[in-house]
Amino acid sequence: MADGKSGATGSTPETSIKRLDFKKQTLDDAYAVPANLLEIEVSNPETHGLARTRYTDYEVKMKTNIPVFKIKESSVRRRYRDFEWLKKELERDSKIVVPQLPGKAVKRQLPFRGDDGIFDDDFIEERRKGLEEFLNKVAGHPLAQNERCLHMFLQEPIIDKNYVPGKVRVNN
Amino acid sequence: MSFFGIGQGADISIELSDSEKRKKVEVKNEEGKKDKLPLYLDGETVSGRVQINLKGKKLEHQGIRVEFVGQIEMFYDRGNHHDFLSLVRQLAPPGELNQSTTYPFEFLHVDKPHETYTGTNVRLRYFVRVVIIRRISDIVKELDVAVHTLSSYPDIINSLKMEVGIEDCLHIEFEYNKSKYHLRDVVVGKIYFLLVRIKIKHMEIAIIKKETTGTPPNVYTENEQVAKYEIMDGAPVRGESIPIRLFLSGYELTPTMREVNKKFSCRYYLNLVLVDEEERRYFKQQEIILYRKGDAKSARKATAKE
Repeated sequence: MADGKSGATGSTPETSIKRLDFKKQTLDDAYAVPANLLEIEVSNPETHGLARTRYTDYEVKMKTNIPVFKIKESSVRRRYRDFEWLKKELERDSKIVVPQLPGKAVKRQLPFRGDDGIFDDDFIEERRKGLEEFLNKVAGHPLAQNERCLHMFLQEPIIDKNYVPGKVRVNN
Repeated sequence: MSFFGIGQGADISIELSDSEKRKKVEVKNEEGKKDKLPLYLDGETVSGRVQINLKGKKLEHQGIRVEFVGQIEMFYDRGNHHDFLSLVRQLAPPGELNQSTTYPFEFLHVDKPHETYTGTNVRLRYFVRVVIIRRISDIVKELDVAVHTLSSYPDIINSLKMEVGIEDCLHIEFEYNKSKYHLRDVVVGKIYFLLVRIKIKHMEIAIIKKETTGTPPNVYTENEQVAKYEIMDGAPVRGESIPIRLFLSGYELTPTMREVNKKFSCRYYLNLVLVDEEERRYFKQQEIILYRKGDAKSARKATAKE
């Protein structure tokens, strides 16, 4: 020990059980719903279109009580390239390190495969999980929550790619 | 060492008076090992005896002296030592030694302004050095001692209290009972949650040591986490208070040192860290002053010596 003093300890019985005064928590606070509810689910993959314009989209369902989000419960449909757009927007505007997306499947788009390529069920399920994880990480980030692109992605039915980037303020 | 009869013709041993009675403390040496060194305080007299054992028949010399040195050594600048204290006593004039001899020495009431310190980039040490000056190579012997500086801060308790957070996301109020702690003190505090809109997983408090060496623009800073102590597990809600009680005696700490001889500083910070479910970290650092409290016994001894 750096201090080799014998006998002189600061932990006298008085200080070793000492506590600072506490404000008592009100029962309303104790039993209220926590103010940090944020659940995002990516589900229901559906494949649309025909032949070369076939693509899969997913339902993005969200439930929250955080005031910065205008709508408390929303559901929109998004495809992989929308997630890529969101990632790009966040990387440009916010100062956060955006997590990785579940990789692009270039190889799976080559013809003459043994399975269904990018429409294979296992692949879609794996990608769905990855996207869900990505969204939950991003949406929970305090700095990302201020970005308009995130709100548009989660809550507006159609993404307007010519939107004006900016911050969202809480008005409570 | 003597090779084929050439080289040093004598062994020097230094013995400090009351060396059995004097308290010893552990001090890290350069290799990171711990030595037990006799402990001195500011203002205490350093005295003892120097014994010179001849190996040959006689020893010619240009003088024998004993020094008490306080030195700051930068590890990145080895050749360049900085002595802030250097006292010299002549033990013998130039001449010849015909037999093994003992010389007493005494440095009265030595001011030792700084505490012994071994850090990552710097070392502050005190030692007694005996030099037999010879024409070709001097015979030198050094003996390290440890020095502690004691201080008693007035017991004006000004607590550290602050409200911090991320706008619309997390607001907390924290309070530590003091801003200055002695090395065996207890940090008593609390965290009060005003707003929680993130999913917190746990909260911990860390003691961080920052060692700054050199003068601008060549400043080296080393951060070291001395302690990590979990104070909360799970997600709190509004209105909850979390108590803190952190015993400092369990960690290896030194007093806070500020601008020692304009060469280095060693400061301590309490870092409050909240970790959320996605492993994001939210923190607030607060400097605390650490000091070495003189226990009644050693304080009395120091005054008696003066």
